[in-house]
Amino acid sequence: MNNLQLQIHANDVRKGVITSTNEAGSGHPGGSLSCTDILTYLYFEEMNVDPENPKDPQRDRFVLSKGHAAPALYSVLAQRGYFSVDLLKTLRKFHSDLQGHPSMHHLPGLEMSTGSLGQGFSAAVGMALAAKMDKADWRVYTILGDGEIEEGEVWEAAMLAANHGLNNLVALVDNNNLQIDGAITDVNSPYPIDEKFKAFRWHVINIDGHDFDKIRAAYQEAREVKDRPVCIVAKTVKGKGVSFMENQVGWHGKSTNAEEYKVAMQDLERIGEELCRR
Amino acid sequence: MPQIKKIATRQSYGEVLAELGEENKNIVVLDADLSGSTKTSIFAKKFPDRFINCGIAEGNMAAVAAGLAAAGKIPFMSSFAMFAVGRAFEQIRNSICLPGLNVKICASHAGVSVGADGGSHQCLEDIALMRMMPNMVVMSPSDDVEARAAVRKAVEIDGPVYIRLGRLAVPVINDYPEYKFEFGKGQLLRSGSDVTIVTTGLCVDSALKADVMLRAAGVKADVINICTIKPLDEEIILRSAAKTGKVLVVEEGFAVGGLGSAVTELLCDKLPTRVKRVGLSTFGESGEADELLAFYHLDADGIFAETIEFIKK
Repeated sequence: MNNLQLQIHANDVRKGVITSTNEAGSGHPGGSLSCTDILTYLYFEEMNVDPENPKDPQRDRFVLSKGHAAPALYSVLAQRGYFSVDLLKTLRKFHSDLQGHPSMHHLPGLEMSTGSLGQGFSAAVGMALAAKMDKADWRVYTILGDGEIEEGEVWEAAMLAANHGLNNLVALVDNNNLQIDGAITDVNSPYPIDEKFKAFRWHVINIDGHDFDKIRAAYQEAREVKDRPVCIVAKTVKGKGVSFMENQVGWHGKSTNAEEYKVAMQDLERIGEELCRR
Repeated sequence: MPQIKKIATRQSYGEVLAELGEENKNIVVLDADLSGSTKTSIFAKKFPDRFINCGIAEGNMAAVAAGLAAAGKIPFMSSFAMFAVGRAFEQIRNSICLPGLNVKICASHAGVSVGADGGSHQCLEDIALMRMMPNMVVMSPSDDVEARAAVRKAVEIDGPVYIRLGRLAVPVINDYPEYKFEFGKGQLLRSGSDVTIVTTGLCVDSALKADVMLRAAGVKADVINICTIKPLDEEIILRSAAKTGKVLVVEEGFAVGGLGSAVTELLCDKLPTRVKRVGLSTFGESGEADELLAFYHLDADGIFAETIEFIKK
């Protein structure tokens, strides 16, 4: 799939994020939009997955360790054909399968229940260990938030993954620089992120997380690494694609009102039209 | 008198786990730098490729186990109860129990019988923490025979299981031909109509010894061993409570939240009965196991004294 097609899919995924969180009246649009391009690349290009056969034992596994970005994951799964896009409107509603944070038995395509930060990363390490034990070829992908890596468990997991040389594991840190209480540098800075993972004996790649050439190159490079797990540190923009949300700390965990929803959808429609004219 | 065989339930666990490893290739074992003490080292030696030493990082271990289970493995994770359950509580809750993943948590060194290591290492709240969670099965074996059976049963159950194991070598009480482990069933070990003694783990042997003393004093007790704390065998407790009208619950843990609470909740709901809970209301401290068990009235003398006082009222 070429970059333009990926951009069009990503833009549709973003519309799903805005629509679902708007309908829900809550949720986490900012951190969902920052990792949308990466999720789109993973599901449309990188991973060996089949919505028609979501339990194929040989499929690649994805764990959304930053589980609060569930709206982006649900939207990309819907776009990829795991379930109807209409279902996105039930996000966070009573008895909905689209729980506020991913609940693995509720929807096809969800590999792990996450939401409590740090734990999804550990689970991804467990999955990669299982694949190694079985000498299986499937790979494990996970996305962490940059605030999330303040959790000590992340570094416990990073140490274990390196000690087992898990080259079948690719973790991406969605480095949008913002967490609930403010800039990560003001709250409890995890910087330098790349040097920390290097010190934990990971292969580290720094990229712009909205540039599909860079995303593609990073995941291709990851496949060539033979002796260690790979961490991609992706510089991203929180709220990417919605003018008034971009780089705004206030859009971590709240949804749009009617007026904001209109503006956000206009922004995304405009981006979509521009992409289609190319 | 022949020497009574004594085996620590952690030893039974380690040995049966190594047997199970042979029988079921999906079993994998995780430990957090205590494999010599939890006895997972026996499995590790036999199946190094299916053993993961997570180092001193119990929270990570629990969520790694969840990932292994999500990928189809049957992970057994072990550490001291204090760390396996206490340190990793939230990972057990959110990554194992909430999605109902097939992880077995087999924790050793539970209770005050840990001894000299003191209060920091004597886990008294594991039963309370584990039994409150939906999806979790809780077993607390009393001896070698029951521990082996419980671990074997855990493999058959598709979902989270907690098994409480001890450090101390304890008498083997179930080594007789008619013995049959029944998951979810209490064992009526002695029958009497004056009082019911419900107990678990290493206190079962002490309760049997207390029963001999009680009978000599003219008191006949129902002595019930509860290995499966959750799901609880309600019938055996209700039947006995209806007969005796007095239920004493003895356990090597906090008197709040554990088996005593489980029994109290049941009786409160279905058959209000006088209950006395014998357990700890303080943290433990250093000492020999027998000194500590005596101090907290968890040995035969203590259970005898507590029972006499209870039935007098």
